[in-house]
Amino acid sequence: MVIYFIKRLLEMIPTIIGITLVSFFIIHLAPGKPTDILAELNPKITPEAREKLEKYYGLDKPIITQYGIWLKRVVKLDFGDSFSTDKRPVWDKIKERLPITIIINVLSLILVILIAIPIGVSSATHQYSLYDKITTVAVFVGFAIPTFWLALLLMILFGIYLDWLPISGIRSLDYDNLSAGGKVWDLTSHLILPVLLEAFGGLAGLSRYMRSNMLEVIRSDYITTARAKGLSERVVIYKHAMRNALLPVITILGLSVPGLIGGSVIFETIFAIPGMGQLFYMSVMMRDYPLIMGILTIGAILTLIGNLLADIGYAVADPRIRTR
Amino acid sequence: MSNTFWKRFKYNKLAVLGGIVVICLVTFAILAPHITPYNPNSINVQHILEPPTTSHIIWGSRISLSVGFVAVGISTFIGVILGAITGYYGGWIDRIIMRFVDIMLSIPTFFLLLAVIAFLEPGISNIMIVIGLTSWMGVTRLVRAEFLSVKEREFTQSARAIGAGDMRIIFRHILPNAIAPVLVSAVLGVAGAILVESALSFLGIGVQPPTASWGNILTIGKDNIEIAWWLSVFPGLAILITVLAYNLLGEGIRDAIDPRMKM
Repeated sequence: MVIYFIKRLLEMIPTIIGITLVSFFIIHLAPGKPTDILAELNPKITPEAREKLEKYYGLDKPIITQYGIWLKRVVKLDFGDSFSTDKRPVWDKIKERLPITIIINVLSLILVILIAIPIGVSSATHQYSLYDKITTVAVFVGFAIPTFWLALLLMILFGIYLDWLPISGIRSLDYDNLSAGGKVWDLTSHLILPVLLEAFGGLAGLSRYMRSNMLEVIRSDYITTARAKGLSERVVIYKHAMRNALLPVITILGLSVPGLIGGSVIFETIFAIPGMGQLFYMSVMMRDYPLIMGILTIGAILTLIGNLLADIGYAVADPRIRTR
Repeated sequence: MSNTFWKRFKYNKLAVLGGIVVICLVTFAILAPHITPYNPNSINVQHILEPPTTSHIIWGSRISLSVGFVAVGISTFIGVILGAITGYYGGWIDRIIMRFVDIMLSIPTFFLLLAVIAFLEPGISNIMIVIGLTSWMGVTRLVRAEFLSVKEREFTQSARAIGAGDMRIIFRHILPNAIAPVLVSAVLGVAGAILVESALSFLGIGVQPPTASWGNILTIGKDNIEIAWWLSVFPGLAILITVLAYNLLGEGIRDAIDPRMKM
């Protein structure tokens, strides 16, 4: 098990290098140097200062050397300084934004698992029933609905018509004056809509996937054997069938991490949540080059951690994997 | 084959409905200049605070459909070529390309899209290209799998035995077998591209006003959320119906081609 873990960890290294390399090339091959953009924002910049900057980013060197220099800095978590007026180190800016994004993503992932798996299992065990048909239609609508639009509609409903939930930020203005319980509720109420909506994106896919896995497993011989042995339907479904149907779902969960992280741009922008997604959106709007590259890297690392966790989960659940 | 295909397809009422809606949407989009009373691409505040007219929605459909078709065209083209090369030749080239596919799949695509568009000018043609360039990985895997399973079959070997070249075997003998799954993934891909385009336009980095797109009408809806709810409702409904129609059509085609693939 430990060896498997170390092997997977080592395998991550070429992937992360590949990811940063691809991001780096794409950003650099896009027309315009980052210093052009900087000069555009600040017309007072002198040619000397500009040259100094180009040297700092090594823009006079071939692209592969530039990547090497960048990578050497990044290993020490030095992503350079932001181009925005505060000139703060990129890593500091990301660090303070990261926790809220991770919390929202993890909460919504848990919510997806808790809702999608029971739906998938029950619609498979009641195949062709009314319930199955309703969930099928719901899944199709769920696939097709633009989640940012759903966010807008829920904001109108809960934020404006019913006035139950706040629709922007993660704290109220009077947060500091609230009691401890009040603070908890204040945070929770701000997070309900973003977490729900972020979860909604993955719900349709996962429940559908769970259903088809379950249908496949139920037809296999060992399930017939288990039934023939006289086990109760409960044990057959939940102990024998579901465990096997869950295995591929773990992989799908790992693969859904990039989508979740990407989705946080939309939700954090809509709900004005000060997380990494919103920071990315702002950095894109400001063309804050070092910040964009920094967040792309962190996003990729988060994705890989997600994949690694999925692999470990898979190995824990299935002994055949870890002996390979 | 085509006979049973139609029989199975017609049996699936939802898929037929999806197909009809898609045909209507395409017709509307093509005929937009002739059937709308005015060109709404001159968005001004007075106009926009009225409920979005059918003109807005129909002109918006032109944007969505062209983005969908062009982006999917690009991604399908790349995916088929790379998938054919990796599946047919195998070896180191296969390993390199598939490694690249894995890498592309673990970058949060939406981040990549945003980053690239930030450095290009936001606009409809860049959106199409960038969506196309970031969504070819699925097709590559699909075509590769098809090639792997078909390239050792007897008919491929007999083609080789009578002296057919690699290109001829790839394009005349193996690729036609992969057309069906590629078609399905293309139809579903149009739906995906429409969703991405509307999200980008909604964030203000996609199609730029005054060109009306469903996404950027929704942005105006968000800014006027307390006074003009209808701006937030109808464009979204249009996206929902369009994407739903493409998904139903795509799944219908898939089920009709191969009932075993039915989910």
